[in-house]
Amino acid sequence: MIDNLLIFALDIWNWFPSGWQTFLLILGKIVLILAPLMLCVAYITYAERKIIGYMQIRIGPNRVGFRGWLQPIADAMKLMFKEVIIPAKSDKYLFLIAPVLSIMPALAAWAVIPFDRGVVLTDVNAGLLYVLALTSVGVYGVIIAGWASNSKYAILSSLRVGAQIIAYEIAMGFALVGVLMASGSLNMSDIVEGQAGGLAHWYIWPLLPMFVVYFLSGVAETNRAPFDVAEGESEIVAGFHVEYSGMAFAVFFLAEYANIILISALTALLFLGGWLSPFEGWLGAEHWLGASSFFWFFAKACIFAFLFLWFRATFPRYRYDQIMRLGWKVFIPVTIVWLFVEAVMVVAEIGPWAV
Amino acid sequence: MTITDFLFFAFASVTIAAALGVVASKNPVHSALFLVLTFFSTAAIWLMLEAEFLALVLVLVYVGAVMVLFLFVVMMLDINIAKMREGFVSYLPAGILFAVLFLAVMVYVVGGVGTDVMNTAALDNAIKRAADYSNTEAIGEILYTDYVLAFEVAAFILLVAIIAAISLTLRRRTKTKYQTPANQIKVQRDDRLKIIKSDDEVLK
Amino acid sequence: MNTIKHFFKSFLFLELFKGLAVTGRYLFARKITVQYPEEKTPMSPRFRGLHALRRYANGEERCIACKLCEAVCPALAITIDSEEREDGTRRTTRYDIDLFKCIYCGFCEEACPVDSIVETHIFEYHFEEHGKQIMTKEMLLEIGDKYEAEIAANKQADAAYR
Repeated sequence: MIDNLLIFALDIWNWFPSGWQTFLLILGKIVLILAPLMLCVAYITYAERKIIGYMQIRIGPNRVGFRGWLQPIADAMKLMFKEVIIPAKSDKYLFLIAPVLSIMPALAAWAVIPFDRGVVLTDVNAGLLYVLALTSVGVYGVIIAGWASNSKYAILSSLRVGAQIIAYEIAMGFALVGVLMASGSLNMSDIVEGQAGGLAHWYIWPLLPMFVVYFLSGVAETNRAPFDVAEGESEIVAGFHVEYSGMAFAVFFLAEYANIILISALTALLFLGGWLSPFEGWLGAEHWLGASSFFWFFAKACIFAFLFLWFRATFPRYRYDQIMRLGWKVFIPVTIVWLFVEAVMVVAEIGPWAV
Repeated sequence: MTITDFLFFAFASVTIAAALGVVASKNPVHSALFLVLTFFSTAAIWLMLEAEFLALVLVLVYVGAVMVLFLFVVMMLDINIAKMREGFVSYLPAGILFAVLFLAVMVYVVGGVGTDVMNTAALDNAIKRAADYSNTEAIGEILYTDYVLAFEVAAFILLVAIIAAISLTLRRRTKTKYQTPANQIKVQRDDRLKIIKSDDEVLK
Repeated sequence: MNTIKHFFKSFLFLELFKGLAVTGRYLFARKITVQYPEEKTPMSPRFRGLHALRRYANGEERCIACKLCEAVCPALAITIDSEEREDGTRRTTRYDIDLFKCIYCGFCEEACPVDSIVETHIFEYHFEEHGKQIMTKEMLLEIGDKYEAEIAANKQADAAYR
């Protein structure tokens, strides 16, 4: 019976021309990446409310489902059934395109993220550059949303975001140049493989300042606390998405959390050796802790996602001029100085990357 | 038509349509956004030409940074659209003339005079690189060997431009009051807080 | 020297780590959330909730229509009309409290010479229609009758401090 079904399915598969087969295969892979990602996004909102609640000695959502486990689903349902209100005198098309523009890069960047050895949608040569280019496009969603809403709060927020993201993107780019110099490759899988050999060989140690700058710039890029002047509730209501409601707002929300996961995953890949086990060399590859696997990648990304939430529960919001000062006058000089240090290390062949 | 052809024509038509949109749209913000779309689809075409480094840098630099600043300025301007479009018809002949001139120059440079501009045979003969060929590495190798002087000169000019821009805009205004974060951060407890032992009976 | 110390202090994020340590510690602290409909926090005998008019043990209403509460009410929420009853005493014919105006300050309770108007422990109530927020004399007396035991106990508990 099952054999027959399999043969039938195979027949249908073979019926497609080969071009279509590749197309469908890629489509299937995309679904395989995005469906769990969306689930992660839903549950990181739950994790955020729970963790921040716990840090404020509350218990967070606990009414929907067992200990509130169904809360994100309830929220999604609620947002889906709400009306999308389009303000009068707003730019209708841009108003509706903006959320799409903000979630598109956050999802498209996952095309080059390797989850395990060889488990990646496209193993392109310029993977790092691709990620950098796409994350820089994310700012358009916010800027267009701010302008199209035809609201003062929204446009103020979009101006803040624009300046902030550009400032931190430069620091982020420099930090990535550091990784690039260490690994000698733009390919994500090569960067991870370059860190093989256990905990001591990860790039986080020789590139510690880069790592700090990269992660903090990532926090600033995603407009998360303490860099969340874009949606400073006490000053500009909700920032660029004041005028959004229902599903349009939900898409912005999804984009923000998808970006958090993306930055966490990237930091894990670039500085903590992605799927590589920290116990490589101590425990054999036979031991499940010693073998490199998706589990390690997931665990490392989770640490950084947790840090995002921890920061939010801890730090008060930066003042705007302080954000600008930190980006331009601290992070960028630090990265440039460390690039020089690293160049000397590469020339002198010290460090884990000595070829 | 292969998939590559299809993608090329799709991106090419988007590029042209968006480029037309830049000139034709009434709202300057829309124009700027159309320009972004033009850059984007051009980058896609470059990707198909195996110039992934240039394509991604185009997105990174122009779309990600330059156009954002552009949009900033355009969004902040209060442009009277009706007034701007007043001279549209009178400028049209000059505009068309320049468009034709530009086209001629491009044909001259790209195709060479007298040769078949749409020389498809040459395109077919173009070398297809292997999958592990890295465009970035190739550019880097050339840039830092054969063209190192030109590259450094360009970098130097950019540096001069940065310094010039900063020195032109950086002026100390004496009457404004502003905060210096550096000094704020430097504040220590001892600078502001003084603990005094009181002899007052009430306080005791 | 101080500058160098400060430099290292800020570049090593010492103060930020201190902050993180505080929130990190509280992550594992015992939670103090009160699961409201199932659990409730203890209430002071002085709690000021919904109003009530009390009666004496023989069933006679306490209110003598002195209108002190009406006069003291800072929100002008109380309206009183009074007339002479058949037995010659002065009684209210109308005693309305507008709960939208009321700010639950408890001045009426303080002002009352006969402990007639009081504020009870009831705070979970709502109105579904406009106009229902006006508590009339009958409604207030009804509440007073229903919760007399509780009100008396609270008065007793607080008596030593008055």
